[in-house]
Amino acid sequence: MNSATVRNLLVRGMLAGLGAGLLALVAAYFLGEPSVDSAISFEEAHSHEHEMEIVSRSLQSTAGLATGVLVYGVAFGGIAALAFAFALGRVGRFSPRATALLLSGCALLAVYVVPFLKYPANPPSVGNPDTIGKRTTLYFLMMVLSVLLAIGATILGKRLAPRIGTWYATVGAVAAFAVVIGLAYAFLPVINEVPKDFPASLLWRFRLSALAIQTVLWGGFGLVFGELAERLLNPKPVTAAASGRVAVPS
Amino acid sequence: MAQTVAQPTTTTPVVPAKLPLKAIAPWAVFFGILMLVLLYFVGAEQGATSVVSGSDVHEWVHDARHLLGFPCH
Repeated sequence: MNSATVRNLLVRGMLAGLGAGLLALVAAYFLGEPSVDSAISFEEAHSHEHEMEIVSRSLQSTAGLATGVLVYGVAFGGIAALAFAFALGRVGRFSPRATALLLSGCALLAVYVVPFLKYPANPPSVGNPDTIGKRTTLYFLMMVLSVLLAIGATILGKRLAPRIGTWYATVGAVAAFAVVIGLAYAFLPVINEVPKDFPASLLWRFRLSALAIQTVLWGGFGLVFGELAERLLNPKPVTAAASGRVAVPS
Repeated sequence: MAQTVAQPTTTTPVVPAKLPLKAIAPWAVFFGILMLVLLYFVGAEQGATSVVSGSDVHEWVHDARHLLGFPCH
């Protein structure tokens, strides 16, 4: 029974991830692609060597983009569903729907925003190909560190709550998270490989669109998965039972 | 006291039952790893490290990799 529940949650998580991925794809295509195209134009205008095109731009910006964003959505949807199965009833007195949205918000911060603030997304032509190894290692390190610290902060908050109350425990846990992340920001190496004459407004637009894509993805996931999880775990209509409307004869 | 009996369905949320770790673990191990492999192919394959030779995977997910925030060439 319980194993079946986990399986059902996992399937719903991946489906919700696919749905959220579709929403994110719309954001990526309309908000992100114009900046990618501008950045590639910049790259071509400033590069002396002309690379052979293996996948055409029209495929990269449609089918290629869709593959990447949808697989990303499904994969994180599955992981988030498993995290949800663990968090439900353990993080606090939240309904499945609220737990899902809370989890998605935390995932957006821990998986994306916190690493982004140290190592932001870069458009084509920003980034030295020779440092790809170092940049990849640092980015994934920052992501893993942020997720582990977020889990650690949650456990810390749960431990502190009985002693100092939920409010101060939450404030304390968030503060502890911020301090350790701040130390990581301070001690991890700085990467700045933006070409001198790269337009600042283009970089800004690209990075804003990257943030928007993730916000759409995780926001959409939280709402869709929350709805599916609520219906799976609480099949009765909550509002009718809570307001007692059903019992009152007219 | 009689009032509380008459109103058993208040708005106080019921704490959802915890799912036992034993039920979650097998799914988490198998699918967790599978999902991470998928993320690796979207985010890093044929960048810093390569499992498949060439650069077809990299070129195919190129735009997604940039827009999802992964370091890309």
